Amino acid sequence: MNPVNYLYLAALLFTIGASGVLIRRNAIVLFMCVELMLNASNLALVTFSRLHGNLDGQIIAFFTMVVAAAEVVVGLAIIVSIFRTRHSASVDDSNLMKL
Amino acid sequence: MNSLIPLLVAAPLAGAALLLLGGRALDRFGHWLGTLAAALSFVFGLVLFFSMLGRSTDQRPVHVQLFSWVPVNGFQADVAFQLDQLSITFVLLITGVGTLIHLYSVGYMAHDERRRRFFGYLNLFLAAMLLLVLADNYLLLYVGWEGVGLASYLLIGFWQHKPSAATAAKKAFLVNRVGDVGLSIAIMLMFTDFGNFTYLGVFGAAGQASRSQLTAIGLMLLLAACGKSAQVPLQSWLGDAMEGPTPVSALIHAATMVTAGVYLITRSHAIFDLAPDAQTAVVCVGAVTLLFGAIVGCAKDDIKKALAGSTMSQIGYMILAAGLGPIGYVFAIMHLVTHGFFKAGLFLGAGSVMHGMDDEVNMRHYGGLRKYMPITFVTFGLGYLAIIGFPGLSGFFSKDKIIEAAFAKGGTEGWILGLVTLVGAAVTAFYMTRVMILTFFGEKRWQADDEGHQPHPHESPSTMTLPMIVLAFGSVFAGGLFAFNSSFLKWLEPITGHSEGNSPLSSLTVTLLTSACLLVGVALAYVVYGRSPVPVTPPVGSVLTRAARRDLLQDEFNHAVLVRPGSALAAALVYLDSKGLDGFVNGLAAAIGGISSRLRRVQNGYVRSYALSMFGGTLVLVATTLLMRSV
Amino acid sequence: MTSTGEAVQFWVLAVIAVGGALGMLLMRRAVHSALCLAATMLSLAICYLAQGAVFLGVVQIVVYTGAIMMLFLFVVMLVGVTSEDSLKEQLKGQRVAAVICGLGFGVLLIAGIANAKLSQFTGLSEANAEGNVQGLARLIFTKYVWAFEVTGALLITAAVGAMVLTHREHVKAPATQRELAAQRVKDNVQLPPLPAPGVYARHNAVDIPGLLPDGRIAEDSVMGTLRERGQIRDVSQDMLRRMAELEADTADWLGRAPSARPTAPKPRQELTPVPGHEEDAE
Repeated sequence: MNPVNYLYLAALLFTIGASGVLIRRNAIVLFMCVELMLNASNLALVTFSRLHGNLDGQIIAFFTMVVAAAEVVVGLAIIVSIFRTRHSASVDDSNLMKL
Repeated sequence: MNSLIPLLVAAPLAGAALLLLGGRALDRFGHWLGTLAAALSFVFGLVLFFSMLGRSTDQRPVHVQLFSWVPVNGFQADVAFQLDQLSITFVLLITGVGTLIHLYSVGYMAHDERRRRFFGYLNLFLAAMLLLVLADNYLLLYVGWEGVGLASYLLIGFWQHKPSAATAAKKAFLVNRVGDVGLSIAIMLMFTDFGNFTYLGVFGAAGQASRSQLTAIGLMLLLAACGKSAQVPLQSWLGDAMEGPTPVSALIHAATMVTAGVYLITRSHAIFDLAPDAQTAVVCVGAVTLLFGAIVGCAKDDIKKALAGSTMSQIGYMILAAGLGPIGYVFAIMHLVTHGFFKAGLFLGAGSVMHGMDDEVNMRHYGGLRKYMPITFVTFGLGYLAIIGFPGLSGFFSKDKIIEAAFAKGGTEGWILGLVTLVGAAVTAFYMTRVMILTFFGEKRWQADDEGHQPHPHESPSTMTLPMIVLAFGSVFAGGLFAFNSSFLKWLEPITGHSEGNSPLSSLTVTLLTSACLLVGVALAYVVYGRSPVPVTPPVGSVLTRAARRDLLQDEFNHAVLVRPGSALAAALVYLDSKGLDGFVNGLAAAIGGISSRLRRVQNGYVRSYALSMFGGTLVLVATTLLMRSV
Repeated sequence: MTSTGEAVQFWVLAVIAVGGALGMLLMRRAVHSALCLAATMLSLAICYLAQGAVFLGVVQIVVYTGAIMMLFLFVVMLVGVTSEDSLKEQLKGQRVAAVICGLGFGVLLIAGIANAKLSQFTGLSEANAEGNVQGLARLIFTKYVWAFEVTGALLITAAVGAMVLTHREHVKAPATQRELAAQRVKDNVQLPPLPAPGVYARHNAVDIPGLLPDGRIAEDSVMGTLRERGQIRDVSQDMLRRMAELEADTADWLGRAPSARPTAPKPRQELTPVPGHEEDAE
């Protein structure tokens, strides 16, 4: 088996994540979809690392994880405070940006 | 000695500043302060005059540079004064008559609570007028020119609570602006043609300039003179300017400011001498105004407006004389000075009559006043004799010389001008006699006003009669003094030049003709007004009379020729602006607004919708990248 | 080419991962989505391990499934387990467009990867010669040390940010007991304490409402949760029914005529709440 298959898997997962962001309305699920997209890219990076035979890809994936962790912390805090004020976790309810 | 020259201007200027800024503290003695400033200036003028007399002819003009005003490379404007025979003549006239009228105003304005301000304006006028005649370049002259315009505006509208006075002031200001534009264009032309605008520089370079350049400058100067001196076609403001207090009419609108046009043309003689076409225009303007003013003066029942018509007509004489070239310059100035005396005297007399008649101005309500105000009658009568040119009085000498000069122009032109001036002399005699008869002779015609208040004609206080007496002396003797041994001619000739011309008629013939015209005019007036009682309500009169009562339809003419087309043009422009330009801009805005309000729906506020567009964009970008790579 | 074992492992893991991802996408409840995602992440972690990224695999398990997913679950609990998306899509065409875009994007990515010349691969045996962790450490503390430091700052900032965002500021002092009492008098809804639950206690008396003087039950003597679930036991009704049965048996045994038998009261059809207490019933 060629490790390229891992890339196909990553592409598939990324697409599913992106579609999830567009389809789901619950902000928490939306966040999970974003996490899935990040994981997919991590898988691709790890696979690239293997294909090229150096560890830089893994380093980048590592940093991605760190940044994802930070993002999740802040994002979930935002969701919690939005939920507190609006009593809803649906992103469609926060549509004050329109006229 | 020359250091006195700036003081000539500074004294009244300081007086004006003090009076206008000093506040109520000066109310009690402010009028005397103003009079003192004027008198001081007159004394300075006298000192300078006598010191000038003491010098030989070619040493007489002096030049004082005060400071450099606009010292830019290629554009030098200095505040500098030039005092020569012409300037000192004006200085003495302005300060002399000005001082007398200040004195007169002390009595005339005694009951006006804004008297201090009035004297402040009068001083301001004196300062501006002196600046005008003392300037050594056209730019500084322009400052004075605008200054007298401002003072005139302020003084005509002095009783601003009267709508008629406010309107008259505005009218005078606006009409004067037209002339001022002419002067500013003339200065700009001088700068482009000659590179500077000092008298010395311009007149020196005039010889090399082309005739068309000089004609253009001359015509623009003529426009300026028309505006300031109330000459046709910019004459309409002078009659309304009589809304101002009578001393103002006497000083500004009879003796001094309105003669600034004559000064301008005489001062610019070097330009006009080289531009015969401009000179012809000047003569035409003078001749037309001469008859115009005289006809208007015949029909007016308002004593001040009749005198205003007379002023217009007399300035027409001066302008005509100035347009004749070297033949006439000296006589224009001479008539200007004598006219300054007798017209100021007449106006002060009129003011005195109004003072005694509770500000009544309609001559049909006067009559028989000679018994009630003898001093006014005598001084007014002497002024009257002077203006109609009674042999031996001032007007006789100066007007006679102008008529002579008109004939001396030569050819058909000379005959036409001579006849016009002769007719003018006859009409002058007619309308002045009419004023005299209506005011001082015949039965008394005044009536009680609506409240049953009967006017009590009385002689004016001595502060008012004294100036009138002095001016009456001037009216009687000034002409003879000037004509004696041709002293005035010799005095001014170095500045303006003089030539005798070739008159087809002898001097004596002209004098006889003039006297005959004078007699005809006086006799006609006596026949019409002296032999039968004057009706209190004016008769309907002929078409000419009715037109003349309305200033020969000058306002109607201006309205039809200038105001109506101007309004129509403005209305058309407004229409074009509001419908055309605004329509286009508004349409554009509406179109953009409409498109935007449709595009706005894309911004529905849902984050997922935005994410979808981002995702779609990414899709397109990736697809494009891949396609480009595969190609 | 990789070993057959890895191939088998890949296909199993790929199926689990894609299934988990689709499950996350399609499950209506957030909790189920979170659990599906955890499955996907775990399978990805094994993928990392299989590809020689030992450290990352472990980190994936510890950080993602251990920390981040737990955080997600916490927040889901906080926000409400039962909160679920309504099935109705509010944005017109959003779902169709999203699916089309997703399919197009997937096809594009896969086509792009397929087009790339990736038949050869190097493998990590050389890079991992001194051990994967050591190799990563060498890179992190040499080549990427600056990024590593900055990451520390980022994490601190994120932690502080989360605290700031979730911190609730009291804009006014909380009401004292006295104020609460005054408020209760002002509202005049329920001045005295709520009635106690019933007294016919045989086992759990909390679900038995007390009786009012007129024989009706005092519904608010039962706690709200039981009321909500409909778990109130109407004891008085029960007893009356039993008394009626007893009377009937006695009558049968004595052979009385039916007309002489006492009539039992009709059972109440439904619980009528005490007037003025409707709000509490919610």
